[in-house]
Amino acid sequence: MTVYLPIAELSVNIFIILGMGAAVGFLSGMFGVGGGFLITPLLIFYNIPPVVAVATGANQVVASSISGAISHFRRGTLDVKLGSVLLIGGLAGATVGVWIFSWLRRLGQLDLIISLLYVVFLGTIGSLMLMESLRAMRRAAKNQPVTLKRPGQHNWVHRLPLKMRFKKSKLYLSAIPVIGLGFGIGILTSVMGVGGGFIMVPAMIYLLRIPTNVVVGTSLFQIIFVTAYTTIVQAATNYSVDIVLATILMVAGVIGAQYGVRVGQKLRGEQLRALLALLVLAVGVRLAIDLIITPADLYSLQIGGGRG
Amino acid sequence: MRQFLLPLVRHLLMAGLLAMPVTTAEAQGLPGVLPPVKEGLEIGTSTTEIAITSDFRGADLTVFGALNNADELFLAIGQYDVVVTLEGPRDYATVRRKERVFGIWMNTQSMTFEQTPESYSIASTKPLTDIQPVAQLNRLGLGINHMTLSPTGYLGNAAQLTDFREAYRRLKVGGGLYQNDTTGVRFVSSSLFRASLRLPANVPDGVHLVHAYLFKSGVLIAQKDLPLRVVKTGLEQAITDAAHEKPLAYGLFCVMVAVVTGWGASLLFRKD
Repeated sequence: MTVYLPIAELSVNIFIILGMGAAVGFLSGMFGVGGGFLITPLLIFYNIPPVVAVATGANQVVASSISGAISHFRRGTLDVKLGSVLLIGGLAGATVGVWIFSWLRRLGQLDLIISLLYVVFLGTIGSLMLMESLRAMRRAAKNQPVTLKRPGQHNWVHRLPLKMRFKKSKLYLSAIPVIGLGFGIGILTSVMGVGGGFIMVPAMIYLLRIPTNVVVGTSLFQIIFVTAYTTIVQAATNYSVDIVLATILMVAGVIGAQYGVRVGQKLRGEQLRALLALLVLAVGVRLAIDLIITPADLYSLQIGGGRG
Repeated sequence: MRQFLLPLVRHLLMAGLLAMPVTTAEAQGLPGVLPPVKEGLEIGTSTTEIAITSDFRGADLTVFGALNNADELFLAIGQYDVVVTLEGPRDYATVRRKERVFGIWMNTQSMTFEQTPESYSIASTKPLTDIQPVAQLNRLGLGINHMTLSPTGYLGNAAQLTDFREAYRRLKVGGGLYQNDTTGVRFVSSSLFRASLRLPANVPDGVHLVHAYLFKSGVLIAQKDLPLRVVKTGLEQAITDAAHEKPLAYGLFCVMVAVVTGWGASLLFRKD
């Protein structure tokens, strides 16, 4: 059964899109990630124009992050003040990101930059996660206690000015690195169509020393607003959010996520992380191969866009 | 008085006498004896509007046509040729070429062509080059290989221009947007013809133009065109309109759908 995507302007098999949404939803529920970094490349592999894939991916992340954020808010593991400061940076970053996005599109380099960014980020994060989880598994096998390394209580980040007090996180921290982190993630959201949790969470823990119990909730808080904002700005400037595609992905995604959560609870943490790392690496390698092998046709065509 | 009337009568007589053989000659179909009568061309389409529905997989368009005042003899020996084109809305088209830079393939060169049709379907009674010499086809811009593709602004070297033009045509034909059927026009009776044109699934919406050309012994003697509207329907149209005309509201709506879906799921699957 085919369904016509009015913005992507092509017909797709609805079951493939449903399957994609459900699979990514399942994985995001299992690993506790937003899934944007999987959805966007999968859509690109399925010949959805990268412009539409990125903008629609951002929209999908809104839906997949919201239920997580609600439960964190209920449990009180969400620092609204810290989240708001992150958000200020995030909104500014997303604005700049959409501007970069349109500029790259005019230059004809958008597809390449999207792929390159994915290869770099997925490759780095995947390798780091894989190494970390393998170490943890080896330690667990030797029955050694798992200890989180905490090198030095303070680093350069804590010597910056403009300090603010974040009561919930029990932190007295400069606003500069928080806004900076939000800004960087905001750019990634609009250029790559991801929530950015996979970068934000480690950065918050290791760089800003934010207590782990509020990290996930707070990052989800920022992700919802930045992805929502990105969706609106992408819709307004690039007309590239496909509501039909987004709705199919979201519905399948949220259902898949429920089952993913259940499976995730049965698996051990380090095994789960190793699996996710392999998956992330696989997607990155697949994108890298497409960049390196000689394309079937060296020429490509873009319609519209004025006098070029 | 007589002198005055005589020339008039003679004139009338002559006119009458001359008029008679003209009609008889025409009826008997004697070519060359008398000045040729101008042939006319009439066309009609099976539909004036094609709707892109949610399960749209392309469509076929049938164009019917009739030749008026066709010369029986020329018809009999197949001296009339008909070419029918269906041109999509026009827009700028940019062709880019990839090159290997530091091991990865990236777009390095590009060329933008002036207002080319986004889709183009052509049907004819026989291969175009058998109807017209190439130079003439180029002048008319008739046919996928002969349509005008002029680059905007910069003029590179000629070899490059040829490469980019070829790439443009190859990509368009490969994507199904440009189609060529050299036997797509058939005469169903001596002066009635039928042309079948295919609209691919990814046909752009907008006003398309059906253009029919009539050639007699390789000379273009008549042409006619008709608009054909390709429209998205119902929900598809509403979504496209909203996305382009009220983008802010559309974006807000997309976010709202996401919020409702996410929130709804968390309520629906709540364990407590």
